[in-house]
Amino acid sequence: MEGHKDVLYGLYDDEDVLMDAITKAQKDHLDIHDVFTPFPVHGLDEVMGLSESRLHIAGFVYGALGTLTAFLFMSWVFTRDWPIIFGGKPYWSVPAFIPITFELTVLFSCVGMVVTYYTVCGMGPGADNPTLDDRITDDKFCIAFNVSNSSKDEIESLRGFLTKSGAEETNIKTI
Amino acid sequence: MSHHPIISPLRHTLITGDKTYHQITEDICAPSEKVPSTAWVIAFILSVTVLGFGVFCILWTIWMGIGTWNLNRTIGWGWDITNFVWWIGIGHAGTLISAILLLFRQKWRTGVNRAAEAMTIFAVMCAGLFPLIHMGRLWLGFFIFPYPNTRGPLWVNFNSPLLWDVFAISTYFTVSLLFWYTGLVPDLATLRDRSTGLRRKIYSFVAFGWTGSAKHWQRFESLSLILAGIATPLVLSVHTIVSFDFATSVIPGWHTTIFPPYFVAGAIFSGFAMVLTLMIITRKVLKLEDYITLQHIESMNKVIVLTATMVGVAYLTELFISWYSQYPYEQFAFYNRATGIYFWSYVGMMGCNVLVPQIFWVEKYRRNITLTFFMSIFINIGMWFERFVIIVTTLARDYLPSSWSYYVPTWVEIGIYIGTFGLFFTLYLLFTRVAPVVAIAEVKSILKTSGSQYTGLTKRKAIDYNEAAKEADHAHAHDDHGHH
Repeated sequence: MEGHKDVLYGLYDDEDVLMDAITKAQKDHLDIHDVFTPFPVHGLDEVMGLSESRLHIAGFVYGALGTLTAFLFMSWVFTRDWPIIFGGKPYWSVPAFIPITFELTVLFSCVGMVVTYYTVCGMGPGADNPTLDDRITDDKFCIAFNVSNSSKDEIESLRGFLTKSGAEETNIKTI
Repeated sequence: MSHHPIISPLRHTLITGDKTYHQITEDICAPSEKVPSTAWVIAFILSVTVLGFGVFCILWTIWMGIGTWNLNRTIGWGWDITNFVWWIGIGHAGTLISAILLLFRQKWRTGVNRAAEAMTIFAVMCAGLFPLIHMGRLWLGFFIFPYPNTRGPLWVNFNSPLLWDVFAISTYFTVSLLFWYTGLVPDLATLRDRSTGLRRKIYSFVAFGWTGSAKHWQRFESLSLILAGIATPLVLSVHTIVSFDFATSVIPGWHTTIFPPYFVAGAIFSGFAMVLTLMIITRKVLKLEDYITLQHIESMNKVIVLTATMVGVAYLTELFISWYSQYPYEQFAFYNRATGIYFWSYVGMMGCNVLVPQIFWVEKYRRNITLTFFMSIFINIGMWFERFVIIVTTLARDYLPSSWSYYVPTWVEIGIYIGTFGLFFTLYLLFTRVAPVVAIAEVKSILKTSGSQYTGLTKRKAIDYNEAAKEADHAHAHDDHGHH
């Protein structure tokens, strides 16, 4: 974790007001540190200009890994390591490998994606990420600016922006 | 962007009582923040007692041997596998609600998905017990996994449906658990931020450091969508593979290609019934009637009547095909099911699964909570009978009349089955105490489209949807006209 930073944040009561405020901030070229919401707000990532998540690519790669692991392992066992004839079928009885291959594809993809998700989000059992306000997980929507290196005037101008755009409350917190 | 919420009488009301975001948090967190009610304590003691008896019966089986069950040489699968298939089927509704309805963008999913997913996990745990105990020597259970061993290594038979089942069930359990917990994390963070002291420490630990950052939500949504996308074929594959346990055999009545879709439909059917049983009690006891509304119950009853009809068609198709096949063993298998020694289970199956649920074609009955509750119990009895019919009736009359047999369970088998109810309800009751039973964040995300103050339900007490649709059509036609 990098050192402490001072964060100026405004709390909004409504997600539509929040979205408008973000759009305004983008227009004014204000550098938003982060936005926090109690639930996934539809279209928020577009308004903020966040790039699309690449989790699905990771999911595909993990899945493919599962497919190969299962299929190649079963093929190796039944053609090289210990070939056995079951019910007069060929050693390499591909159709019978499909169910397990499918299950391992799903298992690898799911477990891999979930682990990746928590890792890139910096989350996990007992992770202690600083939060700005306890009401963010309840009913407040929050825009945060990093003001660690800002002058008093800059902070006041940002505070003015927050209030003017509809924030009910503004605060500075060191996290 | 408009600040004015759009009021549309065409949308279904899924949250009643004109809630605010804060009120939603309060309502849903309340049950886990209060001292448990007397009813909860009584239910919990009862469940743990029943579970205790179940554990005793399992230990009895393991100590004395599988001979404590009434299985015999002809009937090798009895209540154990019946219960296994029954429980695993029940589990499927949770995944259906959370995954398939997510893909179909069904908003009513948000009121019931959390509890339904929990139900899935607990039901799969109950199900998984049976094949394990059935092995007899439980301590050798790890033999089913392909691990490097000193006997060659000698591998498991990857061509066996029973092994496919091992992979299917364990994958299903893992994926369901991860999917459920990932969705639970933001809500655990809500509980964390409302608590103090030791309680806050515990919830901080399990909330994984959730902050509600926009980027995290974006990844969360992306993850949920993909997990739903892969959980959907997974849930279909699990009961398909369970049906392969039967369908790949050479037993008349089992050796049919209709089994996979028929099992999947039956699983969804019984699962929704169990969700209804649980939800009707939960909404009442935890006072969540504003979130699990009549609209939710009606939607689930629609799924029930659809899947009931699907299993009905499957039963009739089986009968037709056995007649059409001109294969006497196949014909006998079905004749025996309907008229043989176990005819009463066939009657129970047809009655509870196919005939009685047809009343749900009528809207009035779909919206009757008491009736729905009793129906949900009926259906689960019916679906248990279905598995009993398939397994025991079929095995009791095999190719050789000299080995025909009859089977009634011993007290040990009955005890283990009852014990799984103890396990199921113990876990469910604990869940209602420690975690939000309704997905808080997801319900908030549909408030502005489905809350009663936004659907116009509050203003106009009784909404006539047809009337509203007509009005909308009229306005639309008028618009078009204006353009010309």
